[in-house]
Amino acid sequence: MTDVGGDVLGGAVGAPSLRLGRSRLYLRRFARNRGALVGVVILVLLIGYAAIGTVFTPWSWSDQDFLALTQEPSRLHPLGTNQGGNDMLAQTVHGLQRSLVIALSVSVLTLLIAVVVGAGAAYLGGRVERMTLMVIHFLLVVPSFLILALVSNQVAGDWRVLIVVLTLFGWMFTARVVWSVSTSLRERDYVLAAELMGVSSWRIVVRHIIPHLGALLIVNFTLGVVTTVLSETSLSFLGFGVKTPDVSLGSLLADGAGTISSAPWLFASPAALLVLLTVSMTLIGDGLRDALDPTSTAGGRG
Amino acid sequence: MTGALLSVRDLHVTFPSERGPVEAVRGVSFDIHRGRTLALVGESGSGKSATAMAAVGLLPPNAKITGEVSLDGRELLGLSDRQWSGVRGKRIGVVFQDPLSALTPILSIGRQLADAVRVHTDLSKKQAWTRAVELLDLVGIADPATRAQEFPHQFSGGMRQRVVIALAIANDPDLIIADEPTTALDVTVQAQILDVLEVAKAETGAGVLLITHDLGVVAGHADDVAVMYAGRIVERAPVKRLYRAPAMPYTLGLIGSVPDPHATHRRPLVPIDGEPPSPLDRPPGCPFAPRCPLVVDACRAAEPELIPIEDEHTVACIRAEDVVGQRPDEVFEGALAAPARAVDAEPVLRVRGLGKTFPITKGTIARRQVGTLHAVSDVSFEIGPGETFCLVGESGSGKTTTLLEILRLRPPETGTVEVLGRDLATTPAREIATELRRAVQLVMQDPQAALDPRLPVFDLLAEPMRAAGFEAAAIRTRVTELLDLVGLPPDSLDRFPAAFSGGQRQRLAIARGLATKPRLLALDEPVSALDVSVQASVLNLLAHLKNELGLVLLVVAHDLAVVRHIADRIAVMYLGHVIETGPAEQLFAAPRHPYTQALLSAVPIPDPERERARRRIVLSGEQPSAAALPAGCVFADRCQLRPTLSEELQNRCRTQRPALRDPDEVSGVSEVSGVDVACHAVNPPSDLTRAASGKEGRP
Repeated sequence: MTDVGGDVLGGAVGAPSLRLGRSRLYLRRFARNRGALVGVVILVLLIGYAAIGTVFTPWSWSDQDFLALTQEPSRLHPLGTNQGGNDMLAQTVHGLQRSLVIALSVSVLTLLIAVVVGAGAAYLGGRVERMTLMVIHFLLVVPSFLILALVSNQVAGDWRVLIVVLTLFGWMFTARVVWSVSTSLRERDYVLAAELMGVSSWRIVVRHIIPHLGALLIVNFTLGVVTTVLSETSLSFLGFGVKTPDVSLGSLLADGAGTISSAPWLFASPAALLVLLTVSMTLIGDGLRDALDPTSTAGGRG
Repeated sequence: MTGALLSVRDLHVTFPSERGPVEAVRGVSFDIHRGRTLALVGESGSGKSATAMAAVGLLPPNAKITGEVSLDGRELLGLSDRQWSGVRGKRIGVVFQDPLSALTPILSIGRQLADAVRVHTDLSKKQAWTRAVELLDLVGIADPATRAQEFPHQFSGGMRQRVVIALAIANDPDLIIADEPTTALDVTVQAQILDVLEVAKAETGAGVLLITHDLGVVAGHADDVAVMYAGRIVERAPVKRLYRAPAMPYTLGLIGSVPDPHATHRRPLVPIDGEPPSPLDRPPGCPFAPRCPLVVDACRAAEPELIPIEDEHTVACIRAEDVVGQRPDEVFEGALAAPARAVDAEPVLRVRGLGKTFPITKGTIARRQVGTLHAVSDVSFEIGPGETFCLVGESGSGKTTTLLEILRLRPPETGTVEVLGRDLATTPAREIATELRRAVQLVMQDPQAALDPRLPVFDLLAEPMRAAGFEAAAIRTRVTELLDLVGLPPDSLDRFPAAFSGGQRQRLAIARGLATKPRLLALDEPVSALDVSVQASVLNLLAHLKNELGLVLLVVAHDLAVVRHIADRIAVMYLGHVIETGPAEQLFAAPRHPYTQALLSAVPIPDPERERARRRIVLSGEQPSAAALPAGCVFADRCQLRPTLSEELQNRCRTQRPALRDPDEVSGVSEVSGVDVACHAVNPPSDLTRAASGKEGRP
């Protein structure tokens, strides 16, 4: 996670020797943070579970076992079955996959939009900046969750549409943060130097401003995953997100909530996965923030 | 030694870092006596500030400190924070480098001073306030009773530093520690502050520990000098002895690399090759050995001890006897070449009546303009082929704004700018981008800020060429050429700026400036961010490049001494106006404008005997704001000449802005000096009676 993120968002090419040195430095600072390591371990286990969890059960997520409706965990169904006879293990594996795919793609997309809009507005300044900020501020005060619910209800729970909708209403906050950080970056000497060398505005944004947002972007990405998972599950829980027969962690939770006293295992397993996922991403995000922030003392002990 | 006020013995300071412990100070010992000033001289990273901060207990808690620091026999290391509070501010006063960050912006000056007094005494609030006003008066602040109620932002930089000195002496301390007290200030203000420091010392009878990198300041104000290098004291002597007979090659090199604007002839400036060693990777022997021209094998074997060679003169060099009596340019090679003469031809750059203003706005919601800042007014000059032209002035004089206005290659607000004979206002934007842009390039002041830290050297150097539309293959060969040109190893290509030292980074920035083979290279304070010993080698490089490539240099600088060594012609700026311009030799030999005279006089001479013997012109006050330009001469309020002038002339200074003119033409001298001065009092036109004063003479 650290290495990949650092290299991609660091934006520099070549120079293997120093590149390695710096990512090693970040890695060491990151590794000093116990919580962050625990987060990484949990995340790896979760991704592994989503990828190859089906080997633990002969059932697929859509198979129905009519001989075992609403059964407690047993040897045949390690996590039990639901009212329709679906194997909960297969269902949670599929639900986790769905939720992860949605969360990751929404995070990446919102980040891309936020960076281009935020950094572009900051660098270009003037009227472009004012107009962009107006749009961002307008979207920020609109009750986006309500609109999300309405729109996604209309399109009947296709998870791909959910990605688009979540992205469209999720980029503004990050864009605002990116903008405010970029306004200080645009005052740097090397930006002025590039301007006086005749480098075009677009190139200055891409080469001299966005790479310096690296640390901010990585942290926003991890925390963005948490936010997206939570809003996807909330939507699905309320019945506006992923709909049956497809499942996500949110819809599984919604199903389980109704029978929490009679069949608690239906609620327990997706809830546990959700908690593990958000906790691990938060721990990783905090660890990255400390490791990448040169002024942070948390990583600086000697 | 007995009776020492502050006694430091075998002080070691170590900081933890990711790459292992950094030994900042390695076994430093010295004494300071009452009423005497010890100067701790060294370049950045030499451990001089860490030494001083250890003596006041202000090092960060993760620093490991061993050794002894005692004040009047009382051991200071290991005191608790509460015990330190009884020492700091009462027995030891500290003057910090940056007066802006040393004062709290939200409390009035008087309140801060009164608080400092009340912490250590039981005076009432009223008494403390009276004392605060007294202190302000002592450090030379006019109308102290009123000004005590004002806040730090209402004070200028020099005034703030006076307040910081007042804070340091508020409780009549026994020891004053001044950490680079004048580095953040303009040169004419620097002289005032050093005088205030002398007053403070005389008033309190305290010992002073003066930390500086400026050998000129040391020459005028220290009694003893300790030179630090790589965390150790390498030479220690009374000030006169040190300048007369330095016994360590590093000291010799430092003295030789300080430019002297007052020298009667252009003394060769000697560079010390290389850079100070990294504290993580020190060579086993003498730390200066890799840069030393007199190095022998024994130097690399073991680090030499500090041993006395004469009364009170100790040195850590096994070749000390061979060094004494040598001149810097005999020991260090590669003395700076004299600049080539200018040739008369079509000018590369012609600026006529350039002006630039900035609106001053107020309010956040309904922004309205409340005034106009005249950053640059009516600046004219031209630069011919092969010439080095310098714009000199203090901060706020408009020199950098002038430079940027030219380099933006856009039609200026007022006036005209012609580059290679083409007027920017009439040349189409496309032609400017394709033809003129590559002919004019910039090197900025601070290479650390000007080079994007996330790009490797190859991309940094390729950037201007890509912008100018060079082909990829051409860029590759050119980049290698450039590294060779500025003397950097060819394997630097995939390294990042952070892997280079300050001097190397400035070489990189120069290489980038040269990438598109420009005709005109503009340099904004090219050496002011560098260490003294490295400055000379960068200046040498510039002189070499200029002769080799036939470059035209436009240099902006505040340091007259540096300018002296590279300039062919100079324009002195004050408050956005050029007040004097002419050939460098003449300007330095016989400055005509009173401001130029004061500016030259303010630069300290790196020679204690001459420095103490001469009479300096210390200007009163500081450069006023460019938001309210005076109607007459912009310099009239601070002019040291004006009180000596006839009434009629004084009146004229107040009401009429002087234009640049050749002073000798008017008085009928046939010889053309090429000097233009904007002053009514220098050889006034015949319709005015000549004032009786010897202003042409050197100060």
